[in-house]
Amino acid sequence: MKNKKRKEEKAMNNNLKVIVNGLIKENPTFVLLLGMCPTLATTSSAINGMSMGLATMFVLILSNFFISLLKNFIPDQVRIPAFIVIIAAFVTIVEMMMNAYVPALADSLGIFIPLIVVNCIVLGRAEAFASKNNVLASSLDGLGIGMGFTLALTLLGAVRELLGTGKVFSLSIYPENFGSLIFVLAPGAFIVLGYMIATFNKLQKK
Amino acid sequence: MENKLIVSPSPHVHSGDTIEKNMYGVLIALIPAFLVAVYVFRLDALIITALSVLFCMGFEYLIAKYIMKKEPAIFDGSAIITGVLLAFNVPSNLPIWILALGALFAIGVVKMSFGGLGNNIFNPAIAGRIFLLISFPAQMTTWPTPDVGATTDAITSATVLSNLKFIPEALPTIKDMFLGFEGGSIGEMSALALLLGLVYLLWKKIITWHIPISIIVSVAVFTGILYIFNPIPLYNPLIHLFSGGLMLGAVFMATDYVTSPMTKSGMLIYGVSIGLITVAIRLWGAYPEGVSFAILLMNAFTPLINNYTTPKRFGEVVKNG
Amino acid sequence: MFLSLFIISVVVAVLLAQVNKMTAKPIAAAKALKLENAIKEVVPEFDNNPVEEAYKMPAADGDSLLVYPAKKGDKVVGFAVNTYSNNGFSGNIQIMVGFDMEDKVVNYAVLSHAETPGLGSKMNEWFRDTTKPNQLVIGRNLSEGNLSVSKDGGQIDAITASTITSRAFLEAVNKAYVVYKGSDADTSATKLNNTDEKQKEEGGKSNE
Repeated sequence: MKNKKRKEEKAMNNNLKVIVNGLIKENPTFVLLLGMCPTLATTSSAINGMSMGLATMFVLILSNFFISLLKNFIPDQVRIPAFIVIIAAFVTIVEMMMNAYVPALADSLGIFIPLIVVNCIVLGRAEAFASKNNVLASSLDGLGIGMGFTLALTLLGAVRELLGTGKVFSLSIYPENFGSLIFVLAPGAFIVLGYMIATFNKLQKK
Repeated sequence: MENKLIVSPSPHVHSGDTIEKNMYGVLIALIPAFLVAVYVFRLDALIITALSVLFCMGFEYLIAKYIMKKEPAIFDGSAIITGVLLAFNVPSNLPIWILALGALFAIGVVKMSFGGLGNNIFNPAIAGRIFLLISFPAQMTTWPTPDVGATTDAITSATVLSNLKFIPEALPTIKDMFLGFEGGSIGEMSALALLLGLVYLLWKKIITWHIPISIIVSVAVFTGILYIFNPIPLYNPLIHLFSGGLMLGAVFMATDYVTSPMTKSGMLIYGVSIGLITVAIRLWGAYPEGVSFAILLMNAFTPLINNYTTPKRFGEVVKNG
Repeated sequence: MFLSLFIISVVVAVLLAQVNKMTAKPIAAAKALKLENAIKEVVPEFDNNPVEEAYKMPAADGDSLLVYPAKKGDKVVGFAVNTYSNNGFSGNIQIMVGFDMEDKVVNYAVLSHAETPGLGSKMNEWFRDTTKPNQLVIGRNLSEGNLSVSKDGGQIDAITASTITSRAFLEAVNKAYVVYKGSDADTSATKLNNTDEKQKEEGGKSNE
């Protein structure tokens, strides 16, 4: 009885570990430096960054879930094409859903939604985690990594939006005239990302 | 940082030069251009330049002392030069808070983030100017008309280069441009004053002729060839030489020790490339002026140029590949 | 090996077909709503269905623009023209411009663009700011001549530091006017009937 409970506790701890791992220790943006293209391109505002992160998280969880489920069914030689087909299916679903129900957001994220297919985080987690672990752990890994990605993109978007236009989530913090446009543009993405990675490293070292 | 390798072509002779001596030499060379600026823009030029220097030194002091926790070296002159050059690259009616942001970016992001003087990849003043140009395009591209001999209030006007691109009729005479009475940023008024500075720098051997002359010659030759085939004002080499920030960039910005190549041949490659990129941006780019972008781009190539032009060590055998 | 990949592909295809079926209608509705709102915004009040009555008109450069006539009762009250320019700072700009029957610009709506945020993207507000008459495009009468920016000797102040965007914007408005003039001259009814079905279909397609 006691043993069983301990086992359960251990499993819970393990699951929690998987999530925290994705959120901090293996944060896809700040530590693994994966998926830089959408990270830099879509974070011109907090809401854009967050929606991009959530869309990616949705794809990550489902693709991890199904790939883990099918891992014994998929032969090794064709695993990459099979992964891509599964990932592309969920990305297409997300895209169609967004076009149907949040067209404005779909417009502003544009090409980067379909490009989630080639986001190396998604394929990377499928190959490195989901194809080797059980269904629950894989889904949780998708959740953790997805949350880490969403957190990073939201933060990056919020900082850029604040510095560039004086707003966060479209809430005015200071007058827009005082914002430095460069932070909304491409060079600002690189500068802010650089400083955030540096800060993240410094905090982790402590 | 202890085993930092200082790459420069041998032989080395210590000439008694120090950072301070060279930096203050550059400041002396900037005096003629500064006097012209004060003559043209009156008090505005003085205030902007003084504040810019103050901001740069202040930020350097604060960052060195409280973030990097090392002895601030604000009197080595480099922060002062960055401040002066930054001021020379902005309009005289720029709001003070924008100037402060530019100084913070130049010193904080471009210089101190990389480890301070000697470690920065980009020229802080150039990067600061481009940061401001991209961030505040409206404020950075409206210049007051010089009020030489006039009593009216300053009104904003386009510069020669943007007129050149869009309204070729509204051009000043080349003499005016040479002496410095066209609209523009504080320090780019008079080509003559900047050339005086160049002569001083060469005389005192603070810089060699390679970078400034190769920039100026390549701009003249490139536009000259185009002018021969199609003699319209847009291609006039004299206008390109004496307008905008070309002289300022060629003499003071591109020659920054830290961010320019060390070998003679490297300097020529660097200078000619800056000249060509400048003309390409001016003629076919979206911005009317391209000197600062050209210098920033070539700053990034400097380590590569150094790598390829470092002379062979004496006795070194070329390996057969 | 091939079998399993094949099965996965088939399952995915079926799944996507289902989702597509589910979302096709809402997607079309969202697009139509966007178009309708843009038209509503730029022409005087109407009670017909401009989208259904839309037709193509040839523009000067061999291309053609979509024109949406707005009618109240049987009377034509204005035209919305879906116009564009390829000379924006970052390429294509799509605008819906509305004219009333006196050749005046009623309003405009920016449909899509890739201009720099904070600079060129200001065109959505800049040209309709009623407190700054020198930059106002709304209310301009195009029969008095084409619009151009004041830097080029025209009457409209360009967006600060975004002259190229402003030029492209005005170019699109001018283009729309030429097309609208063409459709106005042959006035509605005859022209509408003469537009053969094929063209109409094309118009409908490019709307989707």
